Amino acid sequence: MGRRVVVVGSGTAGLATADALRSEGWEGDVVLVGAEPHEPYDRPPLSKQLLAGRWTTDRIVLRTRAALAADGVELLSGRRAIGVDTTDRTLHLDEGDDLRYDALVVATGLDARRLPFGHDLAGVHVLRTLDDALGLRAESSTARRVVVIGAGFLGCEVAATVRQAGAQVAIVDPLDLPLRNVLGPRLGTLVAEVHAGHGVDLHLGRGLASYLSDRGRVTGVVLDDGSELPADLVVVAIGATPAVQWLRGSAVPLAGPLPQDGAGGVRCDAAGRAVEAVWAVGDVAAWWSPQEGRHVRLEHRLTANQHAQVVARAITGGQPRALALVPYFWSEQYDLHLQSYGTPAGTDEVHVVEGSLARRRFLAVYLRGGRVSAVVGAGLPKALRAWVPAVAEHRLAEHRLAEQALAPDGEADGAPLRA
Amino acid sequence: MKILIDEERCIGAGQCVMAAPDVFDQREEDGVVVLLEPDPAPAQEAGARRAAALCPAAAVLLREH
Repeated sequence: MGRRVVVVGSGTAGLATADALRSEGWEGDVVLVGAEPHEPYDRPPLSKQLLAGRWTTDRIVLRTRAALAADGVELLSGRRAIGVDTTDRTLHLDEGDDLRYDALVVATGLDARRLPFGHDLAGVHVLRTLDDALGLRAESSTARRVVVIGAGFLGCEVAATVRQAGAQVAIVDPLDLPLRNVLGPRLGTLVAEVHAGHGVDLHLGRGLASYLSDRGRVTGVVLDDGSELPADLVVVAIGATPAVQWLRGSAVPLAGPLPQDGAGGVRCDAAGRAVEAVWAVGDVAAWWSPQEGRHVRLEHRLTANQHAQVVARAITGGQPRALALVPYFWSEQYDLHLQSYGTPAGTDEVHVVEGSLARRRFLAVYLRGGRVSAVVGAGLPKALRAWVPAVAEHRLAEHRLAEQALAPDGEADGAPLRA
Repeated sequence: MKILIDEERCIGAGQCVMAAPDVFDQREEDGVVVLLEPDPAPAQEAGARRAAALCPAAAVLLREH
């Protein structure tokens, strides 16, 4: 019997791993196990092009079953992993099947976080999977009043998409600004202004207390100050948690729930290895970061691809690949296209070094402990990319950048700096 | 090898340019990929493969001959 890699999870991290194994010359079997019934598809368009109805499902499918088969990758879709025996190197699937592996790659991604109440009501949605998105789209195309719970990236993107389709939209979040924990107050203010400018009602510093409903269908939300917002559609976008339930009780180590411990993901070394013959990639994986001295779990599309490259090389026994894993994410809300390299945090010092927030064309450098932690920008993609080496090396900020007073009007804080 | 670009998917992450600067560039205004070399030389193929593998928007497609 040939050697076999089993990849659990058929999202982009799993697919990228299968691809990378073939690129690295792996000649044994590759089996891709996916809990969803679909061929591997791309998730970022779910809240944008797919929800807006501009793209069909075909457009987001990344690889057909036939194309996978042509590369010698077997897709087991609609099958759920329920446990693993790392001694026998056996993966347990639902319906009682076992799958032997020589190497196992955990790529199970995330599950949408839910509130402890209200998800039994018609019209209350989460958005994580293609089926979620199709269900949401079926209702959002006719919805007149939409309430989005959560002003993170997903909530903001969903709000922008449904607002542009013509619905009245309200966003509710307990923090005082959208994206505050990631981007900080200055950019959070910008994002709030962009949404307000498009007529979105922002209810910030407010939590959800309960729903109003009629015959099992949501008709509104009640906020924690007692105010009521009518709604015929509610989207709960309050984050997601690693899909690791099936690994509990196995020898695969899981990180603690706190962000500084790896945020509940599969605990891996700096090359993605969790335990003998088991690796983890993508959203579910908390890789040790030598720079940060802790396990870091990132929910970024690029990270999945980066992880896949490293892990496929390790499985095939090639020279370890020294990849500079500079995280990247983007967000599209109306005509605001945010891009970020690095790991911005809401508590970082922020300096606008090019353009201006008011013109929504800017480059902002994030500093943590005087070192460059991230750059975030809009409308200046090439200038932003020039900062990647500074982010990768966590360079010390130049003195004049660190000392620059913040300009009150949101213009660049000083003369344009070169990375 | 032949490189194909799906411009509508591109989100201007610049990963392709960092992987293979002699094959890809970005437009100034929106960062969308500019294909400099649709038929890369053999020495450029590894970079092109890396670009396709890393692109977070799956906008770089390769046709291997």
